[in-house]
This record gives sequence, structure tokens and C-alpha cells, in this order.
Amino acid sequence: MRRFLLSRILQALVTLWLLTMVAFVMTRLTGDPLDVLLDARATEDDRKAMASVLGLDRPLPVQYAIYLGHAVLGNFGDSFKTRRPALTMVMERLPLTLELGTTAFLVSLVIAVPIGVISAVRRDTSVDVLGKVIALLGQSFPTFWLGLMLILLFAVTLEWLPASGAGGPAHLVLPSITLGWFTVAGIMRLVRSAMLDTLGQEYVVTARAKGLRESGVVWKHALRNALIPPLTYAGLIFVGLLAGAVVTETVYAWPGVGQLVIESVAFRDFPVIQVILLLFGVMYVGMNLVIDLLYIWIDPRIGLAETTVRRG
Amino acid sequence: MTPVGSRDTSTVIAVDAMSRSAEASSVASGDIDALRFLRRRKVLVLPLAILAAFVGVGVLAPYLAPQSPTATDLGLKLTPPAWLADGVAERPLGSDQLGRDILSRIIHGTRISLITSLLGIVLAGALGTALGVIAGYCRGWVDSLIMRVADMTLAIHIYILAIVLAVVWGPGLRNVLVVIVFLLWSRYARQARAEVLVLRERDFVTAARALGCPGLWIMARHLLPNIVPSLIVLSTLQVGFVIVLEATLSFLGAGIPPPAPSWGVMVADGRALIASAWWVSTLPGLAILIVVLSVNLVGDAIRDLLDPRSRKL
Repeated sequence: MRRFLLSRILQALVTLWLLTMVAFVMTRLTGDPLDVLLDARATEDDRKAMASVLGLDRPLPVQYAIYLGHAVLGNFGDSFKTRRPALTMVMERLPLTLELGTTAFLVSLVIAVPIGVISAVRRDTSVDVLGKVIALLGQSFPTFWLGLMLILLFAVTLEWLPASGAGGPAHLVLPSITLGWFTVAGIMRLVRSAMLDTLGQEYVVTARAKGLRESGVVWKHALRNALIPPLTYAGLIFVGLLAGAVVTETVYAWPGVGQLVIESVAFRDFPVIQVILLLFGVMYVGMNLVIDLLYIWIDPRIGLAETTVRRG
Repeated sequence: MTPVGSRDTSTVIAVDAMSRSAEASSVASGDIDALRFLRRRKVLVLPLAILAAFVGVGVLAPYLAPQSPTATDLGLKLTPPAWLADGVAERPLGSDQLGRDILSRIIHGTRISLITSLLGIVLAGALGTALGVIAGYCRGWVDSLIMRVADMTLAIHIYILAIVLAVVWGPGLRNVLVVIVFLLWSRYARQARAEVLVLRERDFVTAARALGCPGLWIMARHLLPNIVPSLIVLSTLQVGFVIVLEATLSFLGAGIPPPAPSWGVMVADGRALIASAWWVSTLPGLAILIVVLSVNLVGDAIRDLLDPRSRKL
């Protein structure tokens, strides 16, 4: 059990370490930031001075070692563009992306969970078919186009909602539907199959035999247990939503982390790009770890069995 | 690669036959069912027809398109589709801000979608399957290394990778393929590995190993054929995803660069015009939606056909 935990944590750390290397190499590939920072009149001496200020004149492995050492301490360097700490810049934008991601996730749950439950209870009826159609549409809609179509309908034609930018709750409606729509299919399928499993369990049969109302059996007894598998994946789905927000943020000019990505790449702002890459990497790896731990907590047998069982 | 000489040929054939029958049993039942399955699911006729059209239009694009996809005509700019008041017959689905024919661009865009999705899936499938089979067969540190790298690639923010690559190499097909492979190879690797872990304990593999077959021969000749059916199912389920991914990257400016008529580029072209000329963005997006819907419907059906367990879910 403890060995399993330790090996999981170690694996997560190795993954993150590989990620820092990729982040480092990838951002160094985008070209010489000096070209962006200095104008054409800069002399060779100016370039050298600037390179030594930024540490860009050292060999790459040394740069990486310094970078890693600082990163472990939470220091990711200053943005080349604004000269402010890169981490601060990302953290300033993060709340907006979190706001969008959370609302989108709620929208997704509100649509997906009831449909998932009902299509499990009324399996193979027209409701179930409707659920499948919704799941299929969820999978098939290109997010960026759905966003534009919602703008066309609700902002341009009906003039009910603003088309872009961040502001009051009205600004959140279209972006969160656009972003949330994307995960409806996945959540619905998870809920439906978990519900189907649960409804066949003996305690559900018992609850029915006791004469409980069908709605009580479904929404209390069965759903509570059926939600465990989808909930364990909720974190991962949420991270996926935040990463996917780049597209939605672009369509709606939402000034979150996604927009910062695009601004930073255009400016070759390495430190900021690295922080964002690592931020999402940490969230992803962290969520995977949490899922593993949750599974041990729910089903202690997993901790005892071989690692390959679940990963396989 | 040829088997080592000192072996009795008949035994080799027997072992081969064993592995082939394992393969056959998983496919043959599907073959018999296929026609009946299609007859029961008449809903599938339309998406299959759309898919056939998608491939046909993609292959024949230059012969089908009435105009060149990049020919501009400022006199005809932002013409609405022919069925609307100001529409003209030379621009059946209207034109964009440079007067290019949207119908011809959609037709040529089909080819981009088709090429990217086929190439991307073949490349990702080949790489992922090879690494997955190796991981599952060799186990130990090789397995751990491959799987950790798989975890790491999934932890990378895919749009950042795409945008950075677009800055480094300039946007183009190469970036899109790299991003697709980067994102998809691990799905193939996981599936191939999981199946090989089970298969490698089967008698025909033990027999092959007892005969002294080299590992590479066992992987290529005995293990690979047995996992192909499920990898095909996996692939059909990725096609729609890949088409949308290409369009999304092109929309963001990190995929196929303008003026090439990628559907994503076309939607991006019309973004600023959404209030005045809705057709520029709407129609190419509709093309994506229709094709991806059909692909997903057919993909789900193929999965149900080849993997009856999933039918219950």
C-alpha cells in the first residue's frame, strides 16, 4: 500500500521532470528573444549586454540547470516583455480562466447528469436515443464554430447577450456554454454507464422491494453511488476544460490564460510560456495522482494489486 | 525477417496457425454480422453515403470544384449564397471578402481534411502501436520509460505546443501532423500494450518463444496481427476528433496557413464578418459538423460491430 503510493508519487515527479525539459527545449526553439527585445539599431555590444542580463549567453545545459533550480523554488524568471515575474503575470490571468472553466463545468454537469441518469433508467427508449444524439452532437461540434454560431444567434441577431470580452455575468453565458458543451458527451456517458451498473445492484433491488418511491430509489440510492466514478474523473475533465479554453477565449476575446498564451508566443516571452506549460502539466499530473489516491480510498484492493491492473 | 534455421518448419506453421486462428476468431464473427448489422441499422445509410462523398470529393476536388479555391474577384466580394436576394450563380454558396467561391473552397478543403486525418492517424497509429507492443512485450524498464513518456506528452498543453511549433517552423501540414501524433500516439500505445500484456501469456506466444523465435518476429508476426482489429476500431473513433483538431489549429493560425482553403481557416476568415456576412463562417463550419457527425456515427457502429461488449453501454 505505502509502496504503491510512493511509486505513484515518484512517477508523477518523473513525468513533471520530463515536462520541464520539454518546456525548456520547446521555448528555446522559438528563436532568439533578443531579436524581439532589441530594435534593429542595437549594436553587438548591446546584444551581449542584454544576453548576459537575461542569462542567455550561457550554455544551454547550464541555463536549464539554473532554470530548474529556480523553478523548484517557485521562481520562474521575469517576463521578457513586461519585466515582471512570469508567475505573477500568469496568476493575474488565471482567475478569469478559472471563472470561465468553472461556469462551463457547471453548465456541462447540469445538462449531462440528468440526461445520463434518465437515459440509464429508461434505457433503449426515446429518451435514451435523445441522450445519444446529444452526446453525438457534443462530440462532433467544433468548439470555435459553435462559439461563432452562438454569437451570430444570441449577440448579432437577437441582441440578447454581449459577443465578446469579460464583464458581468452576461458576458459569461455564451463562452461557458461553448466551452461546457464540449464535455457534455463524456460526462453523460460516464454517468449513464455508472448508473446502469448501480441500478443492477442488490441494494437498489432491496430499496425497491421496501416499497420506496422509484424517484427516491433512482435519485438518492442509485445516483449517489453512481456518481463516484464520474466524480473521480471530474478533476481531469476540468483540467481538460481549462486547457481547451484557449479556443473559447480566442473566439470571445476573453482575457484569460489562453489569450496570454497567444500574446506570449507572438512575443517569444519564454518565461511566461514555460509557466503556463508547467501550470497545466502540474494540474494534469496532480489530478491523475488524486484519482489514483481516490481509487485506493474507495477500493483498498487496488493498492494491494499490481500497478499494471488499472493502468493496463 | 526470417526465422532462425534450425527449426522444424511444420511446428512453425502450427504456431503461426494458432496465432492466426486467434486473430480470425475475433474478426470472422464480425464479417458474418456486418450485413445483418447494416440492415438492422438503416440509420447508418446516410452517414455512410456522406463519408463516401467526403472521400470522393476529397480525391476528385480539382475536377469537381467549379472555380479555383484561391482565385479572387473583388467585384464579387461578399456575395451571399445564390438562394438569397443578391446571390449570383457563379458563387452558389456565396463568396468571402476577396470574392473567392466558398463552394470551391469547401470542396478543396475536403482534400485537406482527408489528407490530414488519414496521414495523422496512420503516423500516430504506427508509432503508438510499435511502442505499445514493445512496452507490453518487453515489460520492465522499457515499459516504464515508454509509459512515463506517454504520461508526459498528455500533460503538455497541446495548443501551446501547436502555437510554438507554428512560430518555429511556420504554420503548415507538418505542424498539424506533429501535434496529431503527439496527442494520439499514447492512445494506441496504451491499447496495444494492454492487449499484448494479455496475449503474451497465451500458448501460441509461449510456443513461439520455446521454438526460439526472436522477440521482433514474435511481436510482428504473432502479436501485432491479433491486435489489429481493435486498433482499427480505435482509429475509426479518432477520425472525427482529428478533423476537428486540424480545423481548430488552422482556426487559431497554428495549422494550415491561408490562403489554403482549410475549413478552419475559412471559419476564421469569416469571424470578423459574422454580423454582416454570416455565410463566410457558417457554411465551412457546417461542412465540418456534417462530416464529423457521420464519421462518429459510423465509428460508433463499427465499435459496436467488432466489440459486442460495448453494445450494452
